[in-house]
Amino acid sequence: MSAGTPKSLPSSGQKSIQEVCHPLSAEEPVLPPSPDGGSTTTTKDLSLPNGNAVDTSSPASSSSLLNRLQLDDDLDGETRDLFVTVDDPKKHVSTMETYITYRVSTKTTRTEFDLPEYSVRRRYQDFDWLRNKLEDSQPTHLIPPLPEKFVMKGVVDRFSEEFVETRRKALDKFLKRVADHPVLSFNEHFNVFLSAKDLNKRQGLALLSKMGESVKYVTGGYKLRLRPVEFAAMGDYLDVFTQKLGTIDRIAQRIIKEQSEYLVELREYGPVYSSWASSEEEALQEPLDGVAGCVANCCSALEEQTEDMSEDFLPVLREYILYIESMKNVLKKRDQVQAEYEAKLEAVAFREDKKTPVPTDVEKCQDRVECFNADLKADWDRWQNNKRQDFRQLLTGMADKNIQYYEKCLAAWESLIPLLQDKQEAKVETN
Amino acid sequence: EETLLWLRGCGPRDMVEKGTTLLKRMEISVAEAEKRTGKNAVSMQETYTVYLIETRAVDAASEGANPAPDSLWRRYSEFELLRNYLLVTYPFVVVPPLPEKRAEFVWHKLSADNMDPDFVERRRVGLENFLLRVASHPVLSNDNIFYSFLTQEQSWKEVVFETGFQAKADSRLKALNATFRVKNPDKRFAEMKHYGDELQSVISQLLRVRARVADRLYGVYKVHGNYGRVFSEWSAIEKEMGDGLQSAGHHMDAYAASVDDILEEEEHYADQLKEYLFYTEALRAVCRKHELCQFELEMAAQDLTSKKQQREELATGTVRTFSLKGMTSKLFGQETPEQREAKLKTLETQIEDGEEMVKEKNAECEEFVKNAWVDIERFKEQKDRDLKEALISYAIMQISMCKKGIQVWSNAKECFSKM
Repeated sequence: MSAGTPKSLPSSGQKSIQEVCHPLSAEEPVLPPSPDGGSTTTTKDLSLPNGNAVDTSSPASSSSLLNRLQLDDDLDGETRDLFVTVDDPKKHVSTMETYITYRVSTKTTRTEFDLPEYSVRRRYQDFDWLRNKLEDSQPTHLIPPLPEKFVMKGVVDRFSEEFVETRRKALDKFLKRVADHPVLSFNEHFNVFLSAKDLNKRQGLALLSKMGESVKYVTGGYKLRLRPVEFAAMGDYLDVFTQKLGTIDRIAQRIIKEQSEYLVELREYGPVYSSWASSEEEALQEPLDGVAGCVANCCSALEEQTEDMSEDFLPVLREYILYIESMKNVLKKRDQVQAEYEAKLEAVAFREDKKTPVPTDVEKCQDRVECFNADLKADWDRWQNNKRQDFRQLLTGMADKNIQYYEKCLAAWESLIPLLQDKQEAKVETN
Repeated sequence: EETLLWLRGCGPRDMVEKGTTLLKRMEISVAEAEKRTGKNAVSMQETYTVYLIETRAVDAASEGANPAPDSLWRRYSEFELLRNYLLVTYPFVVVPPLPEKRAEFVWHKLSADNMDPDFVERRRVGLENFLLRVASHPVLSNDNIFYSFLTQEQSWKEVVFETGFQAKADSRLKALNATFRVKNPDKRFAEMKHYGDELQSVISQLLRVRARVADRLYGVYKVHGNYGRVFSEWSAIEKEMGDGLQSAGHHMDAYAASVDDILEEEEHYADQLKEYLFYTEALRAVCRKHELCQFELEMAAQDLTSKKQQREELATGTVRTFSLKGMTSKLFGQETPEQREAKLKTLETQIEDGEEMVKEKNAECEEFVKNAWVDIERFKEQKDRDLKEALISYAIMQISMCKKGIQVWSNAKECFSKM
């Protein structure tokens, strides 16, 4: 269900985002990431997954071609080595609580995993745990969103088929997005989540020790003076995009409401024809009953379409709004890191002896800024691509649902015509 | 007097090709509508609409000459006058109805204003329909007043009033409104009246719900127009997705706009239903008139019986049944033989007259029943044909709407897939 992701990341280093061409454009080459989790030094060693060096000169270089092709779903299966699925929701009732678990199935050839296949059961709070761990351990990366945690009891039935199915789809999407991410998919917490029989959350803490150093990004008190142009552009885009998605959400809700009210009237409309038919003789009775039947068919088609909109369209839209919030937060964190660096740099600039080298912690800050920027840009591009595919899929799906609705209605009405017209002609002949 | 060759109808075309109806010889249409202002009966300025009636002899056109049609202007009130005349003059006919005077069963976006051009246009069509129905009716089409209505511009109204139909109308109206009970109601007519009532009720309900459905459908389509705007705004911040979004937005605008034509067409269907809604009144009127006929016959017969009874009492001198007259004569003395003789004679004349009256009324009733039932049968077949056609064209409208919907969404889908 999730979009195919390009394996290699375009990392522009210190270039502005406008200078970095879209992977689908013919110019710049694309650079693969280093496969270890977390950010280290910038990836100046350019090599393709198959080990060949990247040809950065010609526009039609194989790397850009590969990247172009990798957006095609068909080719993706050949390059992916980790497949994750969420399905089979089951209800668990205990004395303390009632909850749902989902089966998480994994197939992989990666050496980081002990077995090629796994099947475990997880509940929502396990997913929540994973997400928090990912956010903490990969602060420079954009973590996909989870479906809403809290649902108002009494308003929504947490155990209804529709709700569970909607949630399952969102959880499936979440894991697939993580699995497709070249950095996040190698995260140890992710590994544990997929493979551990019993997700003991304490396990996660032990693993943290290794990651400890890279995790602690100072977020205290530093204020960024000016966001660099490329990131400011991202922020602006996200602001407008959020707004537009919000509008689309409201329009979709309004349409659902109008359709529901239309349905109410239609349900009253059809039976009037039936009632009329009962006071008529055969000549008129059959056509009237026929019309009543058509209207009834249209009613059920409409009901189905409206349900689909509620269950498939709206949740995905809302999920993207959450995604945007995550991205905004990552941008803010990046600002923090840059602010810290700039503050420290300024402090150093005021010391008297300009001949002594810049202290290492300022250097470390600089590294952090550069890494964060690189990771963020890479994630941004991937996110843009995925967004494009996701919305293409979402909107064509919506169009499809509408087409199917009209096709059902059309079939009903078309089947009525020959019934009526034959009789009419036959009557003329017999007289 | 022309004798009518009433051929039983057998198909949709027979409305035009009857034996000797006017429509076979003459083309009739209500070609235009115009606004006029003038002073009315109480010298107040008023605005009203007039309709142009065009007529042309059928054979004139077929000879290749193609002369200009004759024409005159009439307003709605003159149509009403014509119809009232027909109602009174041919009580056994289910007289075609006029289009509604005021717009009813409107869904909210449709104007209820009589001066609204769409309403005037639909009324023009309705008036033409009325004239065609009358002109193809085996009985009504031969009426001279009707013919003058179509051809005589000046003083038509005077001619109508000269027929004296008003007087008949008033007395009939009084009688119809009065409540009376028929002792032996004709089963067929009673059933027909009941059917008329049911049909009226169900068509009214249908029109009401249909208007609400139209309202809601309008809302659904129009809200989609908002997608057009937001897609356009969104496309402005996108690179590759922009074009697909923008074009899809245009299709959403087209979708939203398409509902106006759809609902306009459906109004035609509503008008067809309305015609038959108003027809039920005409049907009920015929049944009531029959009842009146029957009632008058029963009254005449009753009167005759009582007169005969009185004669017998007088002749035999015995009072069969208790009567106040008998009592008073007992109390206040007997009449003289001369008085009795005179009374008897009067009674005899009255009885003679009464017997004539009963014969007359009986013949009237029989004639009415015969003619009315013929017309009712004609009406039933016409109704079944017309309404079936209306339902078929309604289905065709729905098919067209579905196809348009599929087209628009397929276009939008293509744009989305190119995002």
